[in-house]
Amino acid sequence: MSLVMPVPDAGTLARRSEIVAALRAIVPGEGVIEDAESLRPYESDGLTAYRQPPLVVVLPETTAQVSAVLAWCHANRVKVVPRGSGTSLSGGALPLEDGVLLGLGKFNRVLDIDYDDRLAVVQPGVTNLAITRAVEDRGFYYAPDPSSQIACSIGGNVAENSGGVHCLKYGLTTNNVLGCELVMMDGEVIRIGGRHLDPAGLDLIGIVVGSEGLLGVVTEVTVRILPRPETARALLIGFPTVESAGQCVADTIAQGIIPAGMEMMDAPAIRAAEAFVNVGYPLDVAALLIVELDGPVAECDHLIEEVAAIARANGSVTLRISNDEQERTAFWAGRKAAFPAVGRLAPDYYCMDGTIPRRRLPQVLERMAELSKHYGLGVANVFHAGDGNLHPLILYDANQPGELDRAEAFGNDILRLCVEVGGVLTGEHGVGVEKRDLMPVMFSEVDLAHQQRVKCAFDPELLLNPGKVFPQLHRCAEMGRMHVHRGQVPFPDLPRF
Amino acid sequence: MTSPFFPNGEDDIADAIADAVRAGDTLAIVGGGSKAAVGAQTHARALSLAGLTGIVDYDPAELVLTVRPGTLLSDVQALVANEQQMLAFEPFDHGPIFGSPIGRATIGGVMAAGVAGSQRVSSGGARDHLLGFRAVSGRGEAFVAGAKVVKNVTGYDLPKLAAGSWGRVFALTELTMKVLPRPRVLATRVIAGLDDEQAIAAMAMAMGSQAEIAAAAHLPSYDGTALTVFRVQGFGPSVAARCAMLETLLTPIGRVEALSEDEAGRVWDDLRTLRPLGTTQPLWRINIAPSAAVSVTTALAPFGARWMLDWAGGLIWLVLDADVAVVRDAATRAGGHATLMRGDETLRAAVPAFHPGQPGLVALESRVRRAFDPAGVFETGRF
Repeated sequence: MSLVMPVPDAGTLARRSEIVAALRAIVPGEGVIEDAESLRPYESDGLTAYRQPPLVVVLPETTAQVSAVLAWCHANRVKVVPRGSGTSLSGGALPLEDGVLLGLGKFNRVLDIDYDDRLAVVQPGVTNLAITRAVEDRGFYYAPDPSSQIACSIGGNVAENSGGVHCLKYGLTTNNVLGCELVMMDGEVIRIGGRHLDPAGLDLIGIVVGSEGLLGVVTEVTVRILPRPETARALLIGFPTVESAGQCVADTIAQGIIPAGMEMMDAPAIRAAEAFVNVGYPLDVAALLIVELDGPVAECDHLIEEVAAIARANGSVTLRISNDEQERTAFWAGRKAAFPAVGRLAPDYYCMDGTIPRRRLPQVLERMAELSKHYGLGVANVFHAGDGNLHPLILYDANQPGELDRAEAFGNDILRLCVEVGGVLTGEHGVGVEKRDLMPVMFSEVDLAHQQRVKCAFDPELLLNPGKVFPQLHRCAEMGRMHVHRGQVPFPDLPRF
Repeated sequence: MTSPFFPNGEDDIADAIADAVRAGDTLAIVGGGSKAAVGAQTHARALSLAGLTGIVDYDPAELVLTVRPGTLLSDVQALVANEQQMLAFEPFDHGPIFGSPIGRATIGGVMAAGVAGSQRVSSGGARDHLLGFRAVSGRGEAFVAGAKVVKNVTGYDLPKLAAGSWGRVFALTELTMKVLPRPRVLATRVIAGLDDEQAIAAMAMAMGSQAEIAAAAHLPSYDGTALTVFRVQGFGPSVAARCAMLETLLTPIGRVEALSEDEAGRVWDDLRTLRPLGTTQPLWRINIAPSAAVSVTTALAPFGARWMLDWAGGLIWLVLDADVAVVRDAATRAGGHATLMRGDETLRAAVPAFHPGQPGLVALESRVRRAFDPAGVFETGRF
């Protein structure tokens, strides 16, 4: 693996037993894990290509314990990596050899549900889906729905600003969080936001969401809940070309329709999914579009006809409309199984996550096919078509020498391509360790320094989750030095965005 | 007071900042000046972004618009309306609140002030629609954050810091916003005669229903009558079905009637201009959980307060001549916060515009501001 993590501190490694003892004094019993066998489940997250057993795992149960653990680590200059359910696809919870892994799994209670104000107060270890489960009997749900929602925790969602297939209409995590309790690296407990909209001063909750565990440890989250739409209906539409599918998406939005979900699959993904779940996906098309509409029955019935007309006008070759819940679920079955389905095509696959302006899709897919030939690795594409979020799945075999490196190089080229056409490195999976070293493709040193100074405002000793997000963590004292520049900005020729 | 500085671009802004830092001066970032009467009066030199105007890029199909900060809000709204789109956070011009005409507000100004209208409750605020920006920080450095696509989690979400920052962290030089389709049909339903408590309950029922309410507000005395208004918008058949749903739901509370387009337009407009509250008394903007709104209005009514409730009760616009402490106390006890939006110079000199926060949070916020502005060049004493 080519990933370079911060050099472990020999002094910390040598003090391991002292650190374990100190943690045991704060979190009694089974809350501290130190034997090699028990540490193994924590050695990676959803990005399994990278593994590193932590120095020790601590599983606190109260905010006071989290605060005490962080305060002790701060005073003793010990690094800390927070972890929710460990489903990050970018290595956000990858442990450090000289770092304490702080697991929030025991924070698993729903603390309060307020239907009048349409919010729920939950602990960070509660899974995304469990929030919906807790409020669905009253007809409510929590809107962001990352594909890992059965397992992923709301604390992890906050750290990663997780999305899902419905986020063009309903937003990402950041658009659905009102407040949180945050423990700072020095142990201070701060409440940010509340039960109301918009904060009194700077929007700090906005910066905490998506900060990938580098700013603080979230110990309580207040999320908005929404009434579940009356119904949902879907269309399954096949197109002879990617261009016509893309045009159908653009025309749908131009008609003022924001579907609840709009998913596209390319030919390799369609074939893999159909072979796996056998739900009747057409195999003679270049692109398959699933468009889901939700809301009142009258609205869905009306819009489904509008979308069907747009699809026909764009030369759709197959068009099916769901008439009941079973049919709708069947349309989705292949898409939802796309990752494991593609996984059957090769021993391993590597899931990428860039966003592009939608109109550039044909060009990006064409270039990706060339790269696929160049690297000698297959690729299948699933695409959140409404918001331009592309998930290329690169097929490889980790047991073949060099294939993982080639898959990573291929993936990096795809992400560079995304930025080149006006897009970004990550739409919903986060930077983590995976895209860390690509950050300079999108941001200049000056841009990154402005971001890192926010990190310094929260954690000046850089003890919380170091080695993630930033290709290089500069010492905060160095970052803080004031050089006010006159006139010419640095790197004037550097293309931005 | 020195004359305003009108930079032509990022280099000019960097120069102005460098000069100010060297001289130990501060700079007050302004757009159109429509909200200049918020906060304490400052003698800092104005750094006006009013000259940085124009559309940089607008691709309606991508739902993304990039503009320079000095572009008039009215121009931006006309541009997107022409493509049957909208800024869904419903930003509005604060001019009338200060007795001035509409027309000065800039897009940079409404974003920096985090301005959002009645639709905030369903469609999100300014913060939710700023995707990316270019800016010059207090270090005199131009930088970018976010991006020009609607879905992005690359790096820290600095656009959230920009929205509602009131010019205290950096000078925006370019804003990229998410735009959305404009609804084809708008309908407003009203119930007359509810008191605050009944209105809050009605709005909670409506917001918690499948009628997908776009906006809900309560005006306790509108031309002498209490009005609770609900806006339903979208496609024709859907709007009709949801209005019927709303009527069935709320009829047990009171008679649900339709407002004509003109009547409805006037009510929603008055929720932006705050006409029913006048232009002379001190004005407060109180953010609160809707269920706590009545505790605030009940506490302040004996002091002669008058108010309107927007965002289904989550936003109280309130005028009151009495001691400011009672307002902040009531907001604090109800778990919210109160911003002094209007008052005479003496009041604004004595009372900070923003609600005092918890010490730990205030310190953190100050460190975050200093991260972008180490010399405090944007700390003009206004807030």
